[in-house]
Amino acid sequence: MIPFHGRTRAGSNGTAVIAAVAAAVAVVLVLAGRPSAGASQPSGHPARIISVIPAVTEMLFAIGAGPQVVAVGSFDEYPPEAARLPRVGALLDPDVERILSLRPDLVIVYESQSDLRTQLARVGIGMFIYKHAGLADITTTISALGDRVGRQKEAAATRAAIEAKLNEIQARVQGRPRPRTALVFGRDAGALRGIYASGGVGFLHDMLDAAGGDNIFADVPRQSVQATTELMLARKPDAIVELRSSAVTEAQKTRELSVWKSLPGIPAVRSNRVTIVSDPRTVVPGPRVGDGTELIARALHPEAFPK
Amino acid sequence: MTIRRRFAMAMAVYGTLAAAAIVLAPLVGSTTIDLGRVFDFSTPFSENVDAQIFFVARLPRTLAGALVGAALASAGVVFQGLLRNPLATPFTLGVSAGAALGAMLAITFDWTLGIAGLSAVPAAAFLGATGAVSIVFALARARHRGLSTDVLLLAGVTLNAFFSALILMVQYFADFADSYRTLRWLMGDLDVSSYQPLLSALPLLVVAFAAFAWLARPLNLLSMGADSAETRGLEVASAQRRAFFSASLATGAAVSVGGPIGFIGIIVPHLVRLMVGSDHRVVLPASALFGAAFLVGCDVLARTLLAPVELPVGVITALIGGPFFLWLLVRKQ
Repeated sequence: MIPFHGRTRAGSNGTAVIAAVAAAVAVVLVLAGRPSAGASQPSGHPARIISVIPAVTEMLFAIGAGPQVVAVGSFDEYPPEAARLPRVGALLDPDVERILSLRPDLVIVYESQSDLRTQLARVGIGMFIYKHAGLADITTTISALGDRVGRQKEAAATRAAIEAKLNEIQARVQGRPRPRTALVFGRDAGALRGIYASGGVGFLHDMLDAAGGDNIFADVPRQSVQATTELMLARKPDAIVELRSSAVTEAQKTRELSVWKSLPGIPAVRSNRVTIVSDPRTVVPGPRVGDGTELIARALHPEAFPK
Repeated sequence: MTIRRRFAMAMAVYGTLAAAAIVLAPLVGSTTIDLGRVFDFSTPFSENVDAQIFFVARLPRTLAGALVGAALASAGVVFQGLLRNPLATPFTLGVSAGAALGAMLAITFDWTLGIAGLSAVPAAAFLGATGAVSIVFALARARHRGLSTDVLLLAGVTLNAFFSALILMVQYFADFADSYRTLRWLMGDLDVSSYQPLLSALPLLVVAFAAFAWLARPLNLLSMGADSAETRGLEVASAQRRAFFSASLATGAAVSVGGPIGFIGIIVPHLVRLMVGSDHRVVLPASALFGAAFLVGCDVLARTLLAPVELPVGVITALIGGPFFLWLLVRKQ
């Protein structure tokens, strides 16, 4: 009746009404198909978890919730068991249809994924809302995640391991001179252009701090700073650590390090304290963050660590 | 006033403006430097940080701004004359989208040039621009003896949209940090950090500017329409071709240095026309000089307003250019 009425008034309007009704019916069908998958089950723990955020996927596997994970995101590569699971998109392109078809009872969503959050809320699937923040937030998130998926004990152990690792690093670098450091996480290949470094907030800044370095951009209250030639010269870093998430060959490394030679005014360049660390552990704020911090600490204080 | 005197006047005024901008801009920046130390040649250069900031960070950047500003502004004049459309910009015919696609690919896949490992971004941007120009030119010539400005415009607009889709696709598959850097490239950045990118672009710009000098009279004739230009003895097809290629060359070279910095190619020509009239023999050189001064000035704002946080220079030109453009539209009616 309603669609017909709509069509007599205007064709396109009628189509829109039909589409809306069809969508409503579809939603009802989907809801009807999962009578038990209402809002988070208060008693039991989630048995079918989906995470499209690499850092959280790593956390889930670290606290022993791996068997509960049914799908991961496009960029999830660690641990290897996670990389073998079905992939359902990522931060910008979550595949809602596939997510729903896998019948999850808990989906880890990034704070900014507002569309996905609305859709999941509509069908009553439980969510764990996550956002990258500082180093301390990693352990807090692991605890919260442990409570949510019923792995409190394992979460406490993972948390303790990270804290122990960070304490060990702290003990090693304690008392050593803290180099003023630029922690660079992006740059055009073969040129000193498009340089982005960690600002004074976020896990990269915290990792540098824990690794025994002072961030030259600590005063900038942002996660990233465009480090122009002038800023690099004026802030005179004693050390530069470049983070890469993908593997870099030795030849590439030599070539990329030589690019800095054009700015001999930077103390780090004069004293050969520019290092490229290519390891995903330095850029994923997950349970391996202690190892990542150690890699930065080794770059800054090689003498403090056994070979 | 004769054309000679008007030309001399404009050169004197706009030349002084551009020179002043180029001399003053390196004196300010996100940090304070001591000018006395900059020119104190008794300390070796490698230990003189003030001199390094001046000669390695600020001076190349200022010169890049001057070259890019001059190129984009004069290319804007030529495109507006060629297409007989006051709203044409150096980017109307797809040059910037082609360049952006090239730069995008180079950034995403970390391309480098040869064994020296030089950045491939400027070269890739220039190649992308050349590709877009060739396609548009081939299309515009296919069905006409001369260049059809209608086809040029339509092909350019379509190509812009098509390349933008390809750019989005490349971005979509790019790593997160990479897609941020590609997006940043689109906003324009003059921090060249050495003289090498300028030296690479300079020969191309010299050729383009030489062509512009020759183009001033033909553009005056073309502005009356192709038919009447022909009756006055202008070889329309050849003049159009030269205008198209030289302006595209200038745009491609400028974009390869500083990214697609918007609005320069439209605000500057119109402002200059308001002041000196519409004779291309005056408008072209005056726009080049004023464009240089304008972009150098915008870049000073970009690096000082929120220092140490850098504002993209393309955002500044757009913030100034957008409202101006609207005012221009309203004023015309």
